[in-house]
Amino acid sequence: MQIQLIKLAHARSGDKGDTANVGLIALRDEFYPLIVREVTAARVKEHFKGICQGKVERFELPNLGALNFLLHESLGGGGTLSLMTDAQGKTFSTALLRMEIEIPDDEAQKLGLR
Amino acid sequence: MKEKIRIAAGQGFWGDLPDAPVRQVEEGPIDYLMLDYLAEVTMSIMQKQKARDPKAGFARDFVPLMKRILPACVERNIKVVANAGGVNVAGGAAAVRDVARELGLGGKLKIGIVTGDDILERVDSFLARGIELRNMDTDEPLATVRDRIQSANAYLGAAPIVEALDQGAQVVITGRATDTGLTLGPMIHEFGWAGDDWNKLAAGTIAGHIIECGAQCSGGNCQYEWESIPDLANVGFPIAEASADGTFVITKHEGTGGRVSIPSVKEQLVYEMGDPRGYITPDCVADFTTVQLADDGPDRVRVFGIKGKPATDTLKVSISYSAGYKAVGTLVYAWPDAYEKAKAADKILRARLDRLGLRFDQILTEYVGANATHGPLAGEPPPDLAEVQLRVGVRGNDRNAIERFTKEIAPLILTGPPAVTGFAGGRPKVEEIVAYWPALIPKAEITARVEVIEA
Repeated sequence: MQIQLIKLAHARSGDKGDTANVGLIALRDEFYPLIVREVTAARVKEHFKGICQGKVERFELPNLGALNFLLHESLGGGGTLSLMTDAQGKTFSTALLRMEIEIPDDEAQKLGLR
Repeated sequence: MKEKIRIAAGQGFWGDLPDAPVRQVEEGPIDYLMLDYLAEVTMSIMQKQKARDPKAGFARDFVPLMKRILPACVERNIKVVANAGGVNVAGGAAAVRDVARELGLGGKLKIGIVTGDDILERVDSFLARGIELRNMDTDEPLATVRDRIQSANAYLGAAPIVEALDQGAQVVITGRATDTGLTLGPMIHEFGWAGDDWNKLAAGTIAGHIIECGAQCSGGNCQYEWESIPDLANVGFPIAEASADGTFVITKHEGTGGRVSIPSVKEQLVYEMGDPRGYITPDCVADFTTVQLADDGPDRVRVFGIKGKPATDTLKVSISYSAGYKAVGTLVYAWPDAYEKAKAADKILRARLDRLGLRFDQILTEYVGANATHGPLAGEPPPDLAEVQLRVGVRGNDRNAIERFTKEIAPLILTGPPAVTGFAGGRPKVEEIVAYWPALIPKAEITARVEVIEA
């Protein structure tokens, strides 16, 4: 089945220059392995096509059930140089939560997702 | 030595809720009030203020705030640590001293002054000696913008704050100091942590990271069950209740709104995070993958297990430089066909800018209400969209071109698509861009200075 990340995680995002950071946090501990498996740096780069012009880096924080993504070259120059409404990348958090991921039905059932 | 201290955050940024620090002092027990005033480009604003008036150049709001809270702070021995000094720390300290005397507190408190961060006058000598101050993001050498620099400051850590507190300062005012150092400093002072006790220094640093954005860890901007977070109108700012063993509890005053929970603290932990294993400050390198959280009762989250690594031999430097001009114009289009009309208006505007021969480094069109925040991820807006805001921004080095752009927005009302409004504010303002240049400098080049004066 397909499921949207907003059902599995919450998030907060911010900026460092022209790089946006998105911290993605599993809503329940048992969702974390699924998120680690599915929400790869490559998937996130593809998801932010047309927004993120640079590379995407991913870091794992298993202690928090969280992933941290760095989306380089995403903020129109960043800081005061940027002309964007969201020059600080504050809404990249929910932009990531729009992502749809595919889970096998039996796994979804085990996680109580259907 | 105290076993526990309560450090309260009073401002998440310069311009945060003005009464928050007052409420932190008055609505419950605290030992320290920590105030972060300096955003990345704040120093350049202060540098300009100082150029016009040698007595200016610090966070002016800090002085009336101190007037309100100083009597209570002295009475209850609450210490204040603030990077409110900007580019004129001595001036800020003198203003606070005058306020203290006015309040009849002369002789009753000491004020610590931390300087040594301002390196604007030394930039040429660094460059001449081969310290290139390359941009940490782009790797360009500073020489490329040398003639446009407006301010240059090294980020000082907790050490000079500790020194000022050790000398009995009740109020410590710094220039550019890390937000985390404002929280870690009081812990080192109270608990006597060694300069190489990396785990404890990392713990204090992470406590600082959690509370440095004010209510953003106590219910503000919290996505997790946001609709059930109580009484944000009355939101309580965070308090780090630190123990000598390097563990701490994040909480807030009883009776305040908002919520401190494991999810609210997690959200703040990952905020503005880079590599979580290497959070570099002047004081240590903190490892966020070691942070453990536990529920400790209502609005209390216990934080423990934190590990750190030795500090690096460099300090971060924040340089601001003039980087041209920008302006943003907006108009609002209403149903029917709001989005189509806004797009047509953008096309007309761009054709006119072209015909005028105006050139910009960047021109950006956004449709607020349709896709300004999520871009292509938002998909096509619904056909019956009630309204949309056309928002066009331009940036470039030619001030005249930007100025000319600002005159092309309002005419669209009478010369473009219909059902348009939203131009009450007059022409868009041309803004000078002051951009941020992060760099590194060897620690040996920077000497923090601490002075403690009697009020």
